[in-house]
Amino acid sequence: MNFPWLSWLVFLPLAGAVLLLATPAAADRWHRRWATLVALAEFALSLPLWWRVIPWQPGWQLVEKRAWLPALGAQYYLGVDGISMLLVLLTTLMTVVAILGAFGAVRERTREFYALLLALEAGMIGTFLALDLLLFYVFWEGMLIPMYLLIGAWGGQRRVYAAVKFFLYTMAGSVLMLVAILSLYFMQKGLTGVPTFELDAFYAMPLAPASQVWLFLAFALAFAIKVPMFPFHTWLPDAHVEAPTAGSVILAAVLLKMGTYGFLRFAIPLFPTASAQFTPWIVALALIGIVYGALVSMVQPDLKKLVAYSSVSHLGFCMLGLYAMNPQGLAGSMMQMLSHGVSTGALFLLVGVVYERRHTRLIADFGGLWKPLPVYSAIFLVVMLSSVGLPGTNGFVGEFLVLLGTFRANWWWAAIAATGVILSACYMLWMFQRVIFGPVTHEENRNLKDLSLRERLVFAPLLILIFWMGVMPQPFLDRMQPALNRTLELSKQRAEAAAVMHTLPGALFRLPTGGER
Amino acid sequence: MSVLPAPFLLPVDWWALGAVLALSVGAMLLLLLEFLPAKPGSSRAAVVALVALAVSALAVWLARDARRTLFGGMFVNDGFTVFFTLLFCAIGAFAVLLSWDYVKRTRIHHAEYYALLLCATLGMVLMAAANDLITVFLGLELMSLALYVLVGFRRNRLESNEAALKYFLLGAFASGFFLYGIALLYGATGTTSLSRMAEFLSASPLRPNALLLVGGLLLLVGFFFKVAAVPFHMWTPDAYEGAPTSVTAFMSVGAKAAAFAALLRFGLRALGGFPAEWVPVLSGVAMLTMTVGNVTALLQNNLKRMLAYSSIAHAGYVLVAVAAGGPDGASAALFYLAVYSVMNLGAFGVLTILGRGAQERVLMADVAGLGFRRPLVGLALAVFMISLGGIPPTAGFIGKVTVFAAALKAGLLPLVIVGVLNSVVSVYYYLRVTVALYMQEPQGEPTEVSWAAPAAVAIVLALALTLWWGVQAGGLLEQAQRSVLGLL
Repeated sequence: MNFPWLSWLVFLPLAGAVLLLATPAAADRWHRRWATLVALAEFALSLPLWWRVIPWQPGWQLVEKRAWLPALGAQYYLGVDGISMLLVLLTTLMTVVAILGAFGAVRERTREFYALLLALEAGMIGTFLALDLLLFYVFWEGMLIPMYLLIGAWGGQRRVYAAVKFFLYTMAGSVLMLVAILSLYFMQKGLTGVPTFELDAFYAMPLAPASQVWLFLAFALAFAIKVPMFPFHTWLPDAHVEAPTAGSVILAAVLLKMGTYGFLRFAIPLFPTASAQFTPWIVALALIGIVYGALVSMVQPDLKKLVAYSSVSHLGFCMLGLYAMNPQGLAGSMMQMLSHGVSTGALFLLVGVVYERRHTRLIADFGGLWKPLPVYSAIFLVVMLSSVGLPGTNGFVGEFLVLLGTFRANWWWAAIAATGVILSACYMLWMFQRVIFGPVTHEENRNLKDLSLRERLVFAPLLILIFWMGVMPQPFLDRMQPALNRTLELSKQRAEAAAVMHTLPGALFRLPTGGER
Repeated sequence: MSVLPAPFLLPVDWWALGAVLALSVGAMLLLLLEFLPAKPGSSRAAVVALVALAVSALAVWLARDARRTLFGGMFVNDGFTVFFTLLFCAIGAFAVLLSWDYVKRTRIHHAEYYALLLCATLGMVLMAAANDLITVFLGLELMSLALYVLVGFRRNRLESNEAALKYFLLGAFASGFFLYGIALLYGATGTTSLSRMAEFLSASPLRPNALLLVGGLLLLVGFFFKVAAVPFHMWTPDAYEGAPTSVTAFMSVGAKAAAFAALLRFGLRALGGFPAEWVPVLSGVAMLTMTVGNVTALLQNNLKRMLAYSSIAHAGYVLVAVAAGGPDGASAALFYLAVYSVMNLGAFGVLTILGRGAQERVLMADVAGLGFRRPLVGLALAVFMISLGGIPPTAGFIGKVTVFAAALKAGLLPLVIVGVLNSVVSVYYYLRVTVALYMQEPQGEPTEVSWAAPAAVAIVLALALTLWWGVQAGGLLEQAQRSVLGLL
């Protein structure tokens, strides 16, 4: 297989964005079509990964490796496994959805808007595929720029504040990760003499528990801000609320997953001992996030803010599942990432639909929408129930598996987390009741137009996924489980190696198993 | 060395001196050409300056391989010299391109302007090539005097005069420190030649010698002044703001790079690496410089002033590399200086084309909404800001990575942490520019853009290099690593 599949995936949207910038500014119909075309092509290009990536084959697949900065030893190193494959598919799908969904919402400067969306897609895909830590960092941070501009230039009232806050929060977290990456690099270089940023090399390097702590904290801070975990979540409501609909969709569906992906791919397997040491803290924060997010959602007068805080709650489940550190927990977390992407993306789109028509997002301004908007309300019902985690929808699978895994790890954690499920039903159903049911309370709402064909088409794939993942999650689980188990196994091995190092202070030795070299 | 040979018999390798000669000839030619009348809007002077810079670069490129020492070891042509000479010629060429239209617009279009620009470049080249403290001083003065005049070149403007006077007075003071340092070092080691100083020091370890220490510190003060390191940075914002923008662009990168070149050669060649007791001084100054520069820049509304403080902060980042020392630190410093030159020239370059005629539109509010009205100008300024902030995928990011990696390797973890946190602070004010560009509407009359071909070429070139080195910095990085080998 010589076709550089992954490079195409990264660079196709980027090329699309650059070409788009070369078109005349006024032709906004063509900008939309071009962006849709590129996004669809990208989705079509990513779809074969579903079959091509062989879940049980260990190691990275479709690997591309080239020298990038030979003076430092950094490489252009891409690869995919069951975990990143699913996240890439989520990204390409949600980008198509976001672009199609934004057709009506963005009417000015469409050229720049779509170019930034496509550039953002390239950055996100690169983040999920990069296996060289420096390359990963480049994508991880480079991706902030398009998102920042999307929020800042096309957002709502307080867009500048939200955009700058988003950027600074994320960057502040990640610069320390850069220091940690460089420290790892020098440790590895000191041990083997080969300068490299390859993830495999770091996986193969045993780390003393003492040095793991600081490195783990630096990585975890960067990822925890992105997730976002409880005390670091304050950028999220602002960014979500101020971002244009397409931005909110991408932010919720994909960007937040980068944090959990970071834990799964880097923080936990690289520093398993420190990770285990901090488990009580992280679990506590995740539980607080679950309950707090749900409680705050309940009192939000603004639809978008409600959905934003519900993300804090749902991502708490993802973190809880990861830190259960057993196959069920990990799989549940991964399922929850995917289903949160689909459901919350859909929720933001739904909010965008009424916002486009009424230019308000306040729950109090709606009521009785079922009458004028029957199709919309039906879709809303399904998406809302999937977000609550009704059996038969995607949300159930993830939450159930997370709770199962957590129950095995610690009975109490599961008990507290389960209250989050109940609370999420409360705020979602209550919101739905106030917006959709009852008599029409505002005259303006009486003549709202129901979903257009384009809008129905946007929701169609999301509804299919909601039911597919809910009724038959096995194809998804089959694809992720081997990779998750390998991650778990790797973490265990590295933790054992670190424990041996602990008993032999100062001893430098190499693990017999590990990297390719 | 007992008998001075007759001047015409000096065995000088003129080829190795080609770069210096080309610049000197160019400067003199420019002055002579003024006797021949030219059309009022003629670009003759700019063309001559550009040719002189090109010949100079070509000459040093042709003589790049052989390591040659001239004038009894006072001038050396090695990889380090070649790297910096090429850098200075490029900086000079960028400055000429940016000045081309700007000086006509602001009515300071005289041949002397370009002659002084070449003289300053010549001084920078001498500083990088100097293997003797006296030659360093010659280069420093040549560069500084030319810059003092250039800063005050808009002589009918009060700010320009003020800037020149401030720069001159403080600069003269710093030169005094510098000379005093040289004198004490001569007293301690009996020589001003860097090579012989190194021999002397390795033969008789004089480390605790007070004379050496004080002399070295005074020399450092001189360098710190030129690179605008805290607490010797006071002149910078006023000088940068008052000077013609094209001159600011030139001096903000050229003077800094030249001073760092001489500092690195002194540290690595004469001292054989900065002694351990100097590292806290260098680290402390680096921390202060980064922090004060970045924090003060947060409050600026004038872009020239903001970039002045940002250039102070960037001197701090280079000092981190200098403090790291060794071949890694030195090559990181070289790499960072090259990258910084390109992005900072680009940023100031965009400022030179804002406004019509003699007006100066360099306030934060002046660029409001420019990003969508003039997409290319906006894109360029935004990319330079992002790169100065050290955000991938731009050259500034790779520069920061190399600098911090070198410092981490040298075990300066606190310095690295202060550095990365500073880069977060700096992002806030760089973002303010992008906020103005893309997220605000202009208040009052929108800023016009004086689009001229030479400046456009320079800006597009800087933009391309900033992005290119962001993704493909391998070549430049290896070049920087090879260039410092000769020093050790």
